[in-house]
Amino acid sequence: MLTAALVLEDGRVFPGMPYGATGSSLGEIVFSTGMTGYQETLTDPSYRRQIVVATAPQIGNTGWNDEDDESGRIWVAGYVIRDPARKPSNWRSRRGLDEALESQGVVGIAGVDTRTLTRHIRESGAMRAGIFSGAALADKQQMLDAVLASSQMVGADLAGEVSTEQTYVVPAVGERRFRVAALDSGIKSNTPRMMAARGIEVHVLPYSSTMDDLLAVEPDGVFFANGPGDPATADHAVALAQGTLERRVPLFGICFGNQILGRALGRSTYKLRFGHHGINVPVIDRATGKVSITAQNHGFALEGEPGERFDTPFGTAEFSHYCPNDNTVEGLRCLDAPAFSVQYHPEAAAGPHDAAGLFDEFVDLIQLCQPGRVGQR
Amino acid sequence: MPKRTDIKHVLVIGSGPIVIGQACEFDYSGTQACRVLRSEGLRVSLVNSNPATIMTDPEFADATYIEPITPEFVEKVIARERPDAILATLGGQTALNTAVALAERGTLERYGVELIGADIEAINRGEDRQRFKDIVRTIGGEVPSSAVCKSMDEVRKAVAELGLPVVIRPSFTMGGLGSGMAHTDEELDRLASSGLAESPVHEVLIEESVLGWKEYELELMRDRNDNVVVICSIENIDPMGVHTGDSVTVAPAMTLTDREYQHMRDVGIAVLREVGVDTGGCNIQFAVHPETGRLVVIEMNPRVSRSSALASKATGFPIAKIAAKLAIGYTLDEILNDITGKTPASFEPTLDYVVVKVPRFAFEKFPGADPTLTTTMKSVGEAMSIGRNFVEALGKALRSMETKAAGFWTTPDPEGATLESTLDALREGHDGRLYTVERALRLGATVEQVHQASKIDPWFVDQIASLLELRAELEDVPVLNAELLRQAKRSGLSDRQVAALRPELAGEDGVRTLRHRLGVRPVFKTVDTCAAEFEAHTPYHYSAYETDPDAETEVAAQPDRPKVIILGSGPNRIGQGIEFDYSCVHAAMALRDAGFETVMINCNPETVSTDYDTADRLYFEPLTFEDVLEAVHSERASGTVAGVIVQLGGQTPLGLAKRLTEAGVPIVGTPADAIHLAEDRGAFGDVLSSAGLPAPRYGTATSFAGAKRIADEIGYPVLVRPSYVLGGRGMEIVYDEENLAGYIQRATEINPEHPVLVDRFLDDAIEIDVDALFDGEELFLAGVMEHIEEAGVHSGDSSCALPPITLGRADLAAVRRSTEAIARGVGVRGLLNVQYALKDDVLYVLEANPRASRTVPFVSKATAVQIAKAAARIMLGATVASLRAEGMLPAVGDGADLPDDAPVAVKEAVLPFHRFRTREGKGVDSLLGPEMKSTGEVMGIDASFGKAFAKSQTASYGSLPTSGRVFVSVANRDKRAMVFPIKRLADLGFKVLATAGTAEVLRRNGIPCVVVRKHFEGPDNIVDMIHAGEVDIIINTPYGNHGPRIDGYEIRTAAVAKAIPCITTIQGAAAAVHGIEALTLDDIGVRPLQELQAILHKSRA
Repeated sequence: MLTAALVLEDGRVFPGMPYGATGSSLGEIVFSTGMTGYQETLTDPSYRRQIVVATAPQIGNTGWNDEDDESGRIWVAGYVIRDPARKPSNWRSRRGLDEALESQGVVGIAGVDTRTLTRHIRESGAMRAGIFSGAALADKQQMLDAVLASSQMVGADLAGEVSTEQTYVVPAVGERRFRVAALDSGIKSNTPRMMAARGIEVHVLPYSSTMDDLLAVEPDGVFFANGPGDPATADHAVALAQGTLERRVPLFGICFGNQILGRALGRSTYKLRFGHHGINVPVIDRATGKVSITAQNHGFALEGEPGERFDTPFGTAEFSHYCPNDNTVEGLRCLDAPAFSVQYHPEAAAGPHDAAGLFDEFVDLIQLCQPGRVGQR
Repeated sequence: MPKRTDIKHVLVIGSGPIVIGQACEFDYSGTQACRVLRSEGLRVSLVNSNPATIMTDPEFADATYIEPITPEFVEKVIARERPDAILATLGGQTALNTAVALAERGTLERYGVELIGADIEAINRGEDRQRFKDIVRTIGGEVPSSAVCKSMDEVRKAVAELGLPVVIRPSFTMGGLGSGMAHTDEELDRLASSGLAESPVHEVLIEESVLGWKEYELELMRDRNDNVVVICSIENIDPMGVHTGDSVTVAPAMTLTDREYQHMRDVGIAVLREVGVDTGGCNIQFAVHPETGRLVVIEMNPRVSRSSALASKATGFPIAKIAAKLAIGYTLDEILNDITGKTPASFEPTLDYVVVKVPRFAFEKFPGADPTLTTTMKSVGEAMSIGRNFVEALGKALRSMETKAAGFWTTPDPEGATLESTLDALREGHDGRLYTVERALRLGATVEQVHQASKIDPWFVDQIASLLELRAELEDVPVLNAELLRQAKRSGLSDRQVAALRPELAGEDGVRTLRHRLGVRPVFKTVDTCAAEFEAHTPYHYSAYETDPDAETEVAAQPDRPKVIILGSGPNRIGQGIEFDYSCVHAAMALRDAGFETVMINCNPETVSTDYDTADRLYFEPLTFEDVLEAVHSERASGTVAGVIVQLGGQTPLGLAKRLTEAGVPIVGTPADAIHLAEDRGAFGDVLSSAGLPAPRYGTATSFAGAKRIADEIGYPVLVRPSYVLGGRGMEIVYDEENLAGYIQRATEINPEHPVLVDRFLDDAIEIDVDALFDGEELFLAGVMEHIEEAGVHSGDSSCALPPITLGRADLAAVRRSTEAIARGVGVRGLLNVQYALKDDVLYVLEANPRASRTVPFVSKATAVQIAKAAARIMLGATVASLRAEGMLPAVGDGADLPDDAPVAVKEAVLPFHRFRTREGKGVDSLLGPEMKSTGEVMGIDASFGKAFAKSQTASYGSLPTSGRVFVSVANRDKRAMVFPIKRLADLGFKVLATAGTAEVLRRNGIPCVVVRKHFEGPDNIVDMIHAGEVDIIINTPYGNHGPRIDGYEIRTAAVAKAIPCITTIQGAAAAVHGIEALTLDDIGVRPLQELQAILHKSRA
C-alpha cells in the first residue's frame, strides 16, 4: 500500500514510506553522494528549497547530536532515503534523525529506490519535485499539479531567506590578529570557526547589509559565503563585491561567494544539469597541478574555461581551479587585486579537509595587504 | 606528471603459495600489475613459485620465473634479467620481506635496481612497530601504549607497567602470525616466546589492550605528486581482538559521523605521507573507543593487501592496477576511471550499496585446533556480497559460505543452548558469531545485552534484531503476500530461509514458485564507484530487491553474441582454492576469443575471476541455486544463453548441475547425469566393470554393522569416507574394527542419502593423477603425474612429478587406455581427472572427477598446453581435432609423450600447521592422511628431477639442508629401503642421528651414526634436540599400521615449530636426497617458463 510518494515534475512517481514529518513538501530535487555527514548536509542553508536524495542507502545510523549542525536549523525542503536506521548508535548521538526531522517539520520519504531515482535525475537533470505523505497524499495528477505550480530554482533569490537578521561576532581563538566582515548568504557554522581558529574575529552580517555596514566593521578582509538560489539574482551581493574590490580590501569567497566574485568581475553563471553535491569531488589547482578532494554543493557554476585569463575592471583574473570530472570552473583568482574564491567548501563539514589551507591563504592575503589597506580603523 | 622514461624493465615479485593470510588476492593484484606494465610498453619479469596463478601464465610477463621467492633465487633472476626496477608492493608480505632482504644483502645496489612503490626506508618505517608508533605521534595521532621487547625479561618488565591483558605482536610477520592476546602470565609466556621466535628479527611489541574497541580500516592511495585519496573505509563488526581477516567486515563504515570519519581520514593521510610510501596503495587500521571516540592507529601495511583486494571489489576502484601505474610515474589525475571512462582516478569512490565480507574457516580439518578467534588469522578464505542494505548483504554473504548453515534458521540450534550460555559464547570471537548473536536475541537477550557481551556495535545487533521481528511477521501472517515477501527478500532472506518459516510452502522450490508468481524478483544494479553520478561502462552487477515493483534493472540487452555463463568456485577453502579460479578465468579468456560473451558469477573478492576486466560481465553473487537461477534469468532476458559451465569451479558449481538442469538451464560440457555416473559409487563401479577396469574392492554402508561386514570381507586397512566430497573431507584410513566403529560414530550424518564408502586401501601403491580432455570421440591425455608419497596421502597434499619419473611406457599406455574408457563410459565432454594406484603392475582406478582438478594449472604450465581453455572450447562444441588444427592443442601428441629433454616439474603442497594451536597452546599434528590439509602449492621446474624437487622444497617451506644433522627413525618395513638414501646423505657429509633400532641397521651397513633417545625415553631426547636447533632434517616414517601412525606427533610438531623438513615416507626421503645432491653438486640456476616451454614447443613443431 502506498503510504508516501515522491512526485517529479516530469510525472515520474516513486513510492515509499513516510519518514520524519508527514505532509507535503516542494522543492528542487538533487542527489547528494556523501556517505557521511547527513546532519551537516541537512542543516546547510545552501539546501534551502531543495529536496535532497541521499545516494548512500543506510541513513541515520549515527543519530543526531548537539554539535554537528551547520546552522540553527534543518534547511532542506525534504529528504529522500532508502533505509532509515532503526536505532542510532554513536556516543555523541542525542536523538534519532527521524525525530530531528519530525520536530522541525521536515517531510521525508524512505524506502525509495534511490539509485533508480539518481540515475533518472542524472539523465533528466535536477527538477521540481514534491514529497506527499499522510493527509497530503492525493491522486497523482493533484500531486503533480502542486509540483508544477511550485517555483523554479532558476531565478530564485533565496540568500536573504536564510541569512541572519542580526549581525553577530565570532571571536578569534587566542589573540585576535584580524577582523573579517562575512556577508551571510547562508554561511555554515564551520566557516567562521575555521577563520576564528586562525586569529580572525568574524563579523557575520545580514545579507541585506550595505557597503557602509560592511566598512563599519573596519574589516581587514571581506568574506562572501555559500548560499542557496540562483546567483544570477544576487545583484546586491555582486555590488558589495565590486565595492570591496574597488577598495582593495582582501576578498575571499566560497561557493555562492565564488559566483558573486565571478559576476563582480563581469562573468555570468549557468545552471548545471544536476550539480555537484558530494564530498568526493576532485579539484585541480592549475598553479600546482595538485588535486584536492573536496566537499561540493552547487547547482550553478561560472561560465568559463579552466585556466582562462580575462580582463576585468579590476585587472586580469583567471580561473585557477577546475573539476576534472566535467571541467567546470572551481576557483577564481584576481591577479591585480587581493581577491580569490572557490566553488567548493574548504570548511568541509561534511567532507574532507584537503582544502582547509585556503583559509591560511586568506590570512596570508590579509597580512600582505595590511600596510596599504583602505578603511582605517 | 607523465610516465617515467628511465624505467624500461620491471621485475614484479609475487607472493608464492596460498597460505593463511596470503591468498589469491595477490594473484589478482599481481596480474593487474603485469597487465598494466606491459600495456605501458615495459618489459616485465616476474618471480612467483605458485603455478596456480594467472600471473604466472607465460603471456602475462616477458620472462616468468616459477622459482622460489627467496633472496637467493630472486638475486639469480636479477642477475639474469638486469631489471631497472623492482615492484614488490603487490606481492604481499612475502614480496616485501624479500625486497628488504635484497636491499640488506646489497643486491639492489650491486645491480643498480630501484625499488618502486615504496622504498626500503618507507617499508621499514611502516613495518617497524616502534618507528611506526613514533611517526603516528609525530603527526599528532594517538597509538596504544606499548613497548618493543627483544627478550622475555623485557616482556615481563613491559607488562608490569601496562598491566594485563596485553597484545603481543611479532615484528615482520604476516597475517598476524604469532600474535595474540595474553590475559594471564601463562598465556604471556607462551605467546611472547613463540612471538619472539616467529619474528625474523626476534622482536615483539607488547601493547595496551584495545580489546572490544570499534575497529576500522582505510585503504589509501598516493601518487608522486603527493595527491592522496581514500578508496574505501571498512568497519569490522567483530571489534578489536579478532584479526581483520577473521572478522565479518562491512564497507563503507556504518557507524561513524562525518567528523569522526574525517578525523580518521586526516590521520591516515598524515601517516601515509610521513611514512613516505611514494606511490601506490596502503592500508591503515584504527581502533575507536566506543564511548569516548578516542581514535588510535593500530598498524599500517605499506603495500597492497587483502583488504585492498576487498576494497577494489567493493568499490570498483582497481587499486592494484592504479598502484602499478602510479609506480611508473603517472599521477592519479592522469589516469582514467575505467568504469566511467570519463572521470579521473583522482577521486574517492562513493557507494550506494553495502558490502559485507565473511571469513571462511577450516577448523574441521585440524582436530584439536583452538577455534577461538584472536589476532592471529586463522581463516582460509572469504566471501563478499553486495546488497542495497546491510541485512541484504549479510544474508547473501552468509549463504555464500557454503557451510552447513546458509543464513539464519537453516540449521538447528546447538542442543541445550540457553540464553546464558549463548551470551557467554558471545564474549569470544568464533566462527559463526553472528549466528550466536541472532540466537541470543531469539532466546530473549536485549540488543544492549548482546552488545555488552560481544562488544559488537548496537547498530549491527539491532539490524539482526530487525530480522527477528520480520521472522515473527513471516511466521504469523495467514497468507504470505507479495508485500511481505518483498520485505523478506529486501532483508536478504533466501527462499530457503523463508521456507524454513513457512512449512506449508513445500520448501525452497515452493517459495520460489510463489515468489515468481507474485512477481517478486531481484533487479540487478551496477557497481560504478560513483553512486550513479556518472554513467558506468563496466557491467559489474549485483542483485537487490527494491520495494518499488518498477525498480529498474541495469543489465544491458546484448542480443548479438551468444552468452556463456561461468560459475566460479566461491570462497577459498582447503580443497577448493585458486586452482579452480584459474580454470574459470581461462574459460572466460578462451570463450571471449572464440566470439562468445562471457558472464562470470562468483562471490570471492580475492580472485582474478571477480575482476571486472576478466569476463565481459560480472555478477557478484552467492553461488547458491536461487542466486544463480536469478542471474541466469537476468542474462536470458538480455540475450541468448548458449550454456552454463559448471565444470571448472570445483565442487560448488558441480553440485548445482542437477538442479539447474531440472530447472531448464542449459549446462554445457559433461551433463548432469554423466556427473552422477562418476560421483555415484555404484554407477561408477558399473562403468569400470563394463570397461574391464580394476578398482579397489569397496562397499557402501549406512550403519556400523554394514561397514564392518564390508571391511571384514575386503580386509583391513580400509579407506572410509562420505560420498560426494571434495578435498577428502572426512576421509580416513582405518586399520581395525575399533577405529571403524569410532569413525562411524563421529560421522554424524550417515543415512541412506549420504552413505559411507568403504574401500580397500592399497598400502605401498604408487599414486598417479591424470588430467585429460575428452570430446566424445578423442582423448587428449593432458598430464600424467606421479605422486612422490605413496597412496594414502591426499593427492592435494602430496608432491608429484610431471613427467612421471618412474613410470614406463607400458604403465603410460595402461593409463591412457583406462582414462579413455572412463571418459567414454561416463560421457565426459571437457575435463576429466582420474586418480590411479599402481600396485604389483595392476592399475587400480581410485576415483574419477568429471571436472577441472586442482592440478589443471600445474599441468598447463608443465606441458605448455592450456587445458582449461581447451576444455571450455570443447564444452561449447569444439573437438580435440579442431583445437589441434587451430593450434590451441599441439598438432600431434599430448601430455603423456613429452620429449626426453622436457623439463621436470615438481608440485609440492604447502601446509598451515604452524598457524594452529590447541587450546592448551600446543601444536596440532602435522601428519598427512587422506583428508586434505594444504592451503596451496608451489612448483619447482628444472632440467632434472633433483633440481626441480630441491626448488619445490625451497619454495614451500625453506630449503633442504646441504649439511648438518639428519635424524632417522623408520618403520621396520622401511629399514631396507632406507639404507641407500641415508648412506648417500652420510657420504654428502651429513651427521646421522638415529633411534636405537634404526641405528643398528645403519651401522651394520657401514653408516656411522649417533643414537638419540626417543621422546618418551627421558631428557635430551630427539624432541629437545629439534627444539634446540640441533637437527636439520628429519626422516621419520610411521611404524606400520595402527597405533604408531599417531606416534611421532611430538617430533612432527617440533619440526613444524622449527620449520625444518620432516619427511614421513621413504619415497619422500629418496626425493629429498635427490634434491640435496642437486643442491650440493650443481649450481641451481633459474630459467623463465617461456624458455622451458620453448623446448616443448620445438619438439612438437
